[in-house]
Amino acid sequence: MDTDNKQAGDIVSRTGTQSWFYSDAVKDHFFNPRNFMQDESSYADAAMGLVGSPACGDAMKVWIKVDPETERIIDCKWKTFGCGSAIASTSMMSVMVTENGGMTLDEARLLKPQHIMERLGGLPARKIHCSVLGDKALRAAINDWYRRAGRLDKVEEEHGRIVDPETKVTDKDIEHAVLDGADTLEKVQAKLKVGIGNPSCIPEVEQLIRFYKEKYFGV
Amino acid sequence: MRQVYLDHAATTPIHPEVLERMQPFFSEKFANPSSFHTPGLEAKKAVDEARKSIASSLNAHADEMVFCSGGTESDNLAIFGVIRAQQHAVRGTQYEIPHVITSSVEHHAVLEPLQYLAKTKAIDLTVLPVDKFGKIAVSDLEEALRPETVLVSVMYANNEIGTIQPIADIGRALLKWRKTNATQLPYFHSDACQAAGALDLDVEKLHVDLLTLNGSKIYGPKGIGLLFVRRGMKLAPQIRGGGQERGLRSGTENVPGIIGLAAALELAQAGKDKENARLIRLRDDLINGLLTIGKTRLNGHPTERLPNNVNVSFMDIEGEAAVLYLDAKGIYCSTGSACASSSLDPSHVILATGVSYEAAHGSLRFTLGHSTRPSDIGYVLKTIPDIVKKLRQMSPVNLDMRHFA
Repeated sequence: MDTDNKQAGDIVSRTGTQSWFYSDAVKDHFFNPRNFMQDESSYADAAMGLVGSPACGDAMKVWIKVDPETERIIDCKWKTFGCGSAIASTSMMSVMVTENGGMTLDEARLLKPQHIMERLGGLPARKIHCSVLGDKALRAAINDWYRRAGRLDKVEEEHGRIVDPETKVTDKDIEHAVLDGADTLEKVQAKLKVGIGNPSCIPEVEQLIRFYKEKYFGV
Repeated sequence: MRQVYLDHAATTPIHPEVLERMQPFFSEKFANPSSFHTPGLEAKKAVDEARKSIASSLNAHADEMVFCSGGTESDNLAIFGVIRAQQHAVRGTQYEIPHVITSSVEHHAVLEPLQYLAKTKAIDLTVLPVDKFGKIAVSDLEEALRPETVLVSVMYANNEIGTIQPIADIGRALLKWRKTNATQLPYFHSDACQAAGALDLDVEKLHVDLLTLNGSKIYGPKGIGLLFVRRGMKLAPQIRGGGQERGLRSGTENVPGIIGLAAALELAQAGKDKENARLIRLRDDLINGLLTIGKTRLNGHPTERLPNNVNVSFMDIEGEAAVLYLDAKGIYCSTGSACASSSLDPSHVILATGVSYEAAHGSLRFTLGHSTRPSDIGYVLKTIPDIVKKLRQMSPVNLDMRHFA
């Protein structure tokens, strides 16, 4: 991956070349993960969200318990199949949504991978894509909670149309990735993991990249 | 903390005797072998002796040795050298572009140049599949041969899963083809970087025309490689200049590197039978121990594999996470997971053996070496089960063993 995909908070080596090491916060959350699901028995009725698949390298499952009065997240548990940064990101996310009395569901919906990354002290540029599934799993769990509560008006399907059913990446996600400077399939995949486990959607992804590049950059 | 280095396929430490023999050539014997003065001639003599020594390990001639910067350059010289020398001969015939055959499990140093040449329409490329152990079938290769096939490149032993290819059988099949068709083509190249420390390198038995070796996998120095080029072969140089290495690879000789490569190869070949027997015992202890962990699969061939290679997949966990947990326990190994590479795809080698993406993501490679003791294997086997257990507890995945079949 090119180092020009760097974002604020990324770790870079002293020479500015491609980085390949984790911050202390990442290591701490990786070796001492917080809130991971050890016993599912009392969570059978909890709201749950699942994204990714082991074929594409990352899969995440998130359970939340919510105070129905305040709509604050009082408990968040997770399971992650993935590398060091994927595990650390999910762990940090579970801390962020439950700390200080817990986020409201509306606040939690605004949580972005960048926020998690900043709290982790950055991630190596090539590992950013590993952290994008956690907040998606969280939003899926939030929808599930509203669905279970019968509040169908509050269910927010991921904006846009799903292009890759495996990663639940939508055309909107691809639009944002292109706006962020990902102008090739490789760069979009580095951000979104789209089509890794399900290559059949790649032609459509490539078409969308061309479309959005033309729309925004005229090339 | 105890430290157990099990990544010898990535690189080996330099053997003290090799280092000792290289040392003078950095300082008092620093001269350029191309110089006509006494120190220059001394350097040339040392290089010539190294050339002879390596040639004798290969049962080849000293003038068939071409030194270069490493395994990657050697592979590139073999590939571009043959294709550039042959493409004019093919152009204008009914075939237009030369044809090359390789395997799906080659090192990137072979696959990348070939795929580049295929993409730019300089060659037509056939990539042979492998069986579930990572081995190619000689019959597949025979079927793929064409009148315009100029090169066959198949590695001697695989760097990831350790599977040993039937190089001598392939060599014989090619000899037969050439005889039947009254041609000198295709040439046969084999990358033997991983094999050089453990297997027989007799080019007359292997029937190879080009053989790649390097220093850094056999307790020699980094930055030195060798391409054996059989007499009478046409090869186009890729680096031009002062005409060193019979014009095939210009540039002042890396004298300490050459001395080091020769010394390392001598030591490796002389000690290989004893060391192989020792490593095979340790390797099999490690494999058998790891396979007692549930939902674990051995990647590669159970017996036709390098004496130092162990590659397993742990279902439901991801390799990079396991490597990091092992690293924290002082165990240094590697993974074929996508997360540990710059691409997002897991190991092409493990995928080529027909296992699922899921299993490829959970692969771990342990490669043993001189320093490995039985107690190290014991420490690894004691440490890994808890790590696998912890990562599985954290994982939402619980795959069916069918993914591993």
